[in-house]
Amino acid sequence: MLSILADTMFFPPERSTVAGSVDGLFDFIYYLSLFFFVLIIGFMIYFVLKYYQRDGHTEAPSPSHNETLEITWSVIPSILVGVIFFFGFTEYLNMREAPENAYEIQVVASKWNWVFKYPNGAESGDLHIPVDRDVKFLLQSQDVLHSFYIPAFRIKMDCVPQRYTWTWVRATHTTGSGLDESSHEPLRLFCAEYCGQQHSIMHRKVFVHETADFDQWVEKAANILENNTPEEAGKILFGRKGCAQCHSVDGDNSAKYPGPPLNGQWGTERQVTPRGSSSPITVTMDENYVRQSIRQPNSEIVVGRKPGMTVFTPQLLKDEEITAIIAYLKSIK
Amino acid sequence: MSTITPETQIDSGHNDDPSSNYLTSSSGFMSWAFTLDHKRIGVMYLVGIFAAFFLGGVLALLLRLHLMVPNGLFGDWVSLDSYNQLFTLHGAVMTFLFIIPSIPAALGNFVLPLMVGAKDVAFPRMNLASFHLWVFGAIFFLIALVTTGLDTGWTFYTPYSIETQTNVVAATIGAFILGFSSIFTGLNFIVTVNTMRPPGMTWFKMPLFMWAIYATAIIQILATPVLGITLLLLMGERILGIGIFDPSMGGDPVLFQHFFWFYSHPAVYIMILPAMGIISELMSVYSRKPIFGYTFIAYSSIAIALLGFLVWGHHMFVSGQSPMSAVIFSGLTFSVSIPSAIKVFNWTATMYKGNINLATPMCYALSFLFLFTIGGLTGLFLGALATDVHLHDTYFVVAHFHYVMMGGTVIAFVGGLYHWWPKMFGVMYNETFGRLFCAVVFFGFNLTFLPQFVMGSRGMPRRYATYVEEYQIYHVLSTIGALTLGIGMVGAIAVLVISLFKGRKAPANPWGAATLEWTCTSPPPYYNFEHAPHVDSPYDYSDLKYDARIGGYVKDPNAPKKSSSDHH
Repeated sequence: MLSILADTMFFPPERSTVAGSVDGLFDFIYYLSLFFFVLIIGFMIYFVLKYYQRDGHTEAPSPSHNETLEITWSVIPSILVGVIFFFGFTEYLNMREAPENAYEIQVVASKWNWVFKYPNGAESGDLHIPVDRDVKFLLQSQDVLHSFYIPAFRIKMDCVPQRYTWTWVRATHTTGSGLDESSHEPLRLFCAEYCGQQHSIMHRKVFVHETADFDQWVEKAANILENNTPEEAGKILFGRKGCAQCHSVDGDNSAKYPGPPLNGQWGTERQVTPRGSSSPITVTMDENYVRQSIRQPNSEIVVGRKPGMTVFTPQLLKDEEITAIIAYLKSIK
Repeated sequence: MSTITPETQIDSGHNDDPSSNYLTSSSGFMSWAFTLDHKRIGVMYLVGIFAAFFLGGVLALLLRLHLMVPNGLFGDWVSLDSYNQLFTLHGAVMTFLFIIPSIPAALGNFVLPLMVGAKDVAFPRMNLASFHLWVFGAIFFLIALVTTGLDTGWTFYTPYSIETQTNVVAATIGAFILGFSSIFTGLNFIVTVNTMRPPGMTWFKMPLFMWAIYATAIIQILATPVLGITLLLLMGERILGIGIFDPSMGGDPVLFQHFFWFYSHPAVYIMILPAMGIISELMSVYSRKPIFGYTFIAYSSIAIALLGFLVWGHHMFVSGQSPMSAVIFSGLTFSVSIPSAIKVFNWTATMYKGNINLATPMCYALSFLFLFTIGGLTGLFLGALATDVHLHDTYFVVAHFHYVMMGGTVIAFVGGLYHWWPKMFGVMYNETFGRLFCAVVFFGFNLTFLPQFVMGSRGMPRRYATYVEEYQIYHVLSTIGALTLGIGMVGAIAVLVISLFKGRKAPANPWGAATLEWTCTSPPPYYNFEHAPHVDSPYDYSDLKYDARIGGYVKDPNAPKKSSSDHH
């Protein structure tokens, strides 16, 4: 009876390979604690009932110490906590050591957002993983401490700024079938380290897919060009490819951004210095100017700026993606 | 410092009328605010600490009410921001203003010099300075409260505490000053115990409360400076941008956690050790039996104090510290559980063949045993690495430390207060109501925090202003419990306050305790003892006899002469 109570009362469902052994250790400690609790409180109640102060009852002499007894009740708990310690750390080492060839997902936490990046370039706001496959999460934070916590998997790890941490999981059950999210019963992902104002709403859904479904999902998620208008796709790419790190889109011309601001610039003229020349020339910001600035960024430098932008080769940025970014640049005022 | 004589004390205006006591020997605001009398300082600490406890308690009730429904009971009135400020202030006020100074500064100050048969602590001026620092520190906290509100959590974790717009600097100045208050108290007690014990009181004839206070004082003077340095560095980070904790300047936010917990874990033992000392006294006195295993209890206090310095890393099992350090800290953590277990077994065994007086203090002591056992055992789940990963930063942790801190320290504090109340103020309280509110507190406490274990193990993270609906039932139970607990606590304090006006006069020794503070009158005279009291075993009750005419215990002139051997 107690074990049913313990299983249903204390835990979310077990959905990972480690969950079973974590819960097993929990149950072991639980029963051990229950035993000692009943023992101590049982004696306490028994003594109170038997020896409470009343007429005709007085205290009776008894030894005020007993080394055998005291050493016994020091040594037995020591052995028992030793056992708990052993099982606790062996399982923990397993949890900290990701298997080789695990599927790797980058997790980027920020106030108050989670971004999950998949090896094929797909990104998502909710977490999607395949079932029955080792998945390693490489955790990063862009600002303060966050903590990546999925109760059903029994995993948790802090996301620390300027440092990588990681954890891994092998999910044992899918949350549903097909790509339609409404046919899933997703698990929960929480931020477990206090991170400011919206800490308590920094939780997301976790979808566990059949392998075939997952492959389809991640392929679709990577092809943002097909699934969005060019302007929307350009905006996503502008963020994802790092353009936003150096170019503001709100007119901020300060030194915070190494590159010039890009909003409201379309069709305007600007002074640039061609490479090898000392006198600036005037150019208009049009499709070809943008294309050249991406493919050969150091060929013409805006007056007052320094060369330093990444050279985006076709491997880094496809032609269609440039087209999408151009559409986006046209749209921002 | 036994060289301190009455002449060197500058307390002015007290009279030497033999019928007066420390409460009546002088009057006026200045005679209290600048007194050097340890008893008055203890009483002032008691008032200040309970004011802080009341404030922290009101904040706690607001939190619990807010959490009745998933999106907040008060609607927009308590926003995400104000919830974050509420839980921070609840934690900071309770930790720094209430629970760390509670037992040592209030009860310890009052009782310790009496227990050693002395006139005062070793450094009375430092003792007064400690209280004044506490007041200044409290004012800084309140400034942080009424200006922009602190929202970092009481832990001040970087880098959030570096970039938040709230008034972290005011709060850290407050905590810094409070740290010195704590150091002064600890230093005083160490010197007092080392140098002022009367002839005949060897180390192993000291009452166990003294052992506990002594062990606490060691932690206070060794660990608190680290907190001071850490808070100074945090201020430097915020004001000057020194870059030690700020990752964007090459600093390490995890380093802050190491510094912080190097103090704050031992601080947990600053909170619980004095409580254990009180329970050792109560269990023995109210069972009319010598404490079982005196030596083991005394050594376990020192063991806890020392081992407590080696386990701080168990707050950081998922912080990204290396697996090797996690394993080492986990092992050390289990080692500190053994001395606590020994104490619990010894307290239980003390009742064997006793004559158990179920007076209010004993009811609190029995509550303590029940609640602290739960608090201690649930620590095993958190010390074990694999289960801690799941439970870390959930309500399971919240429930665990409330069982230890509140179910342990606060319950023992209130029990000790009821025990020494007749000595402090010379009045007896109403036993029936005392027991009744003890029962209300016990019931309310369990209803508040047992559901939190369940929702924590089911994954409810802590410090959440809103939550997903599946956890609501546990939050509702917990809130009802908290309201009950609040009523119980207010009632328990009210019983004591009412006794000041209506209580019958207390005898010198109402409980039949054998420690020295019960040999002077209740309340004690200004100079505590007319003659240096005779030191006997603190737990031998054989020569005390109940005298119904005065309602207390007196020395039995016909008692057989005590054996001179050690009592253990």
